[in-house]
Amino acid sequence: MATNEWTTKTITAAGSELAFTEGGSGKPLLVFSEELGDPGWLKWKQELALTRTVITPQHPGFGVSPRIAWALTIGDLGNYYAQVMVEQGWVGADVIGFSLGGWIAAEMAAQNPAQFSSLTLVAPMGIKPPSGEICDIYYYLTSDYIGRSVSNAETTPEFADLFGGEVTPEQFEGFQDATAESARFAWQPYMNNPALSQRLGLVKDLPTKILWGDEDKIVPFSTADVYQKSIAGSKLVTFQACGHRPEIEQTDKFLAEVNAILS
Amino acid sequence: MHITTFTERPYAHIPEEEVIKNSSFFGVSNKFLDPVKGGALFNRYFDEKLYAEEIGFDGVMLNEHHANPFTMGGVMDVEASILARITSKVKIALMGNPLPVADPLRLAEELATIDMISGGRLVTGWVRGAGCEQLANNINPTYNRERFDEAHDFIMQAWSKDGPWRYEGKHYEYRHVNPWVKPIQKPIPETWIPSLVSPETAEFAARNRYSYFALATFLAPTMEMWNLYADTAAKEGYQAGPECFGYLQKIVCADTDEEAYELGKNYVYGGGQPAFARPEWMFPAGYNSKAATKRMAYALTDPETNEAVVSGKDASEEINVPEMKKYNTEVLYENLIRNRQIITGTPETCLVKIRNIMETLRPGIFAVWHIEGGPTTHEESMKSMKLLGENVLPQMREWARELDLPGPGEVKPGSRKLPANGKRDPVCDESALAA
Repeated sequence: MATNEWTTKTITAAGSELAFTEGGSGKPLLVFSEELGDPGWLKWKQELALTRTVITPQHPGFGVSPRIAWALTIGDLGNYYAQVMVEQGWVGADVIGFSLGGWIAAEMAAQNPAQFSSLTLVAPMGIKPPSGEICDIYYYLTSDYIGRSVSNAETTPEFADLFGGEVTPEQFEGFQDATAESARFAWQPYMNNPALSQRLGLVKDLPTKILWGDEDKIVPFSTADVYQKSIAGSKLVTFQACGHRPEIEQTDKFLAEVNAILS
Repeated sequence: MHITTFTERPYAHIPEEEVIKNSSFFGVSNKFLDPVKGGALFNRYFDEKLYAEEIGFDGVMLNEHHANPFTMGGVMDVEASILARITSKVKIALMGNPLPVADPLRLAEELATIDMISGGRLVTGWVRGAGCEQLANNINPTYNRERFDEAHDFIMQAWSKDGPWRYEGKHYEYRHVNPWVKPIQKPIPETWIPSLVSPETAEFAARNRYSYFALATFLAPTMEMWNLYADTAAKEGYQAGPECFGYLQKIVCADTDEEAYELGKNYVYGGGQPAFARPEWMFPAGYNSKAATKRMAYALTDPETNEAVVSGKDASEEINVPEMKKYNTEVLYENLIRNRQIITGTPETCLVKIRNIMETLRPGIFAVWHIEGGPTTHEESMKSMKLLGENVLPQMREWARELDLPGPGEVKPGSRKLPANGKRDPVCDESALAA
């Protein structure tokens, strides 16, 4: 039986207020959300919360936690989270990062791989694709961007539940906040750090899994190979006929892969 | 009153269906541009500006947009430089230079050059640039306001401080600031701030004692901005007057009302100004302040159903071109005429509406947005301008004297004293609007 119980907590950490959702019990599992913010307490999270305390920070400046003015890059944001982990006793947690959140996790691993027990990157941004382009979120309506994020919206069970479903004024504002702060961090170079691939050379012994849909229209699948080669010992898992959201497009396979690395 | 003339200088040969299918001018492929035809258009527009000077207008006005056939003037300052040389009397108003997307030192040099070549006839105007200008120039919209403020402050220094000096700001750094061009006009060129009813802009203009120039906005919200300007001016210790306010108005004149009405439809070619760029390009994330984003979130949502009522173009959206053309020339055009956004007719017909705007807004600067777009011919533009110059302008000047509407060349904005009781006088007349 999945656990549907979660709460929102606010702490003061590393000199700034930070809100996060928390549910389940067990060893901490940190979840770094995407460029649009936290898409919600979906089935995959409910399942993982059976055995783990699932913690999802609400990124600073994304509408819930206040902006951290000194952080100008995703690397800076990763440094902030590293300080939070030390203060909260989360060092040694497992981490999963999605899209822009995957980039944050990768930057943190490149700074200090020992702060994590394992690293799971789900179609992460952060590296410029060798072919194709990272979809420009600033060029499309948010609804269109979300539509592009799955291979087939009609057959994706929880597609309609992403970000609470209907775009209310509050959610519109949330999207604006999240994408504006993403722009502040990653307008140019767009959603990547040209040095990241080399910086990941520091990661040697961290169990790492890279999960990617081969029909990803947000971050081209071609990037998966670069990530895999950049992180020693990492394993690439390809999701066939899947877009940018394996966690809701192929939830069972996603959970099997994540549970395997967590155990 | 300063009466000036404006056109967007569109690429007139763009197929209308391409604009409609794209739901906007911005983003239409430049594969439809023929540089030879575009070059001829630039020269035609210069000829029309020269004629404006000859027929009696006090000024000519340019604007700048990027990657957009709605306005070919992506490098407005180049056009302005040419006007500086080929005209002799008119003020050359640039409405405006988008500060956040410019290199401020280069801009300070370009504008000073124009003022020097023209003998001090430049009118500068500072704008943030539409959202799509940030996309076209790859400027982070999150820093739009910061870059605007910093670039403005820097240019003021570049024009006033003896060099060489070093500048280290947040968004700009220069090792050696020592431009060998400076504006003739002291301390700075005459300045009007163009705006689409933005409260922040009205306050900025009033604080700096710049004229506020309303870009063809609806009359009621325009008056709200003028009242806000006047309130801010009062806090700054001065009385705002007509010299502080300018208004842009689309006017097309012909020999008969019917002919002018038909010609005026060219203003909505492809959807006209409302089809400039889609919402997702006009308002990229971070471009607006938090307060403006909140206003927009509610403005775009149906309060009954909570559903978005205005949206951009979804990938799956299909556009019916003939239906949209019909909508533009019937519904949209009629709405714009009813709301006084477009004035058409013989000089006599136009003057009735112009008088009402002069009484309502009491502007010291009046800009005529000449007929343009798609099939408008050079002859039609010139004819409209001739009728305006010969039959409309003289009457407007007489009314401006009667209504006491001096332009910024006659009374310096910010130079009027507040009444002795400290309460400001009215700056516009809402009762005239109702009439």
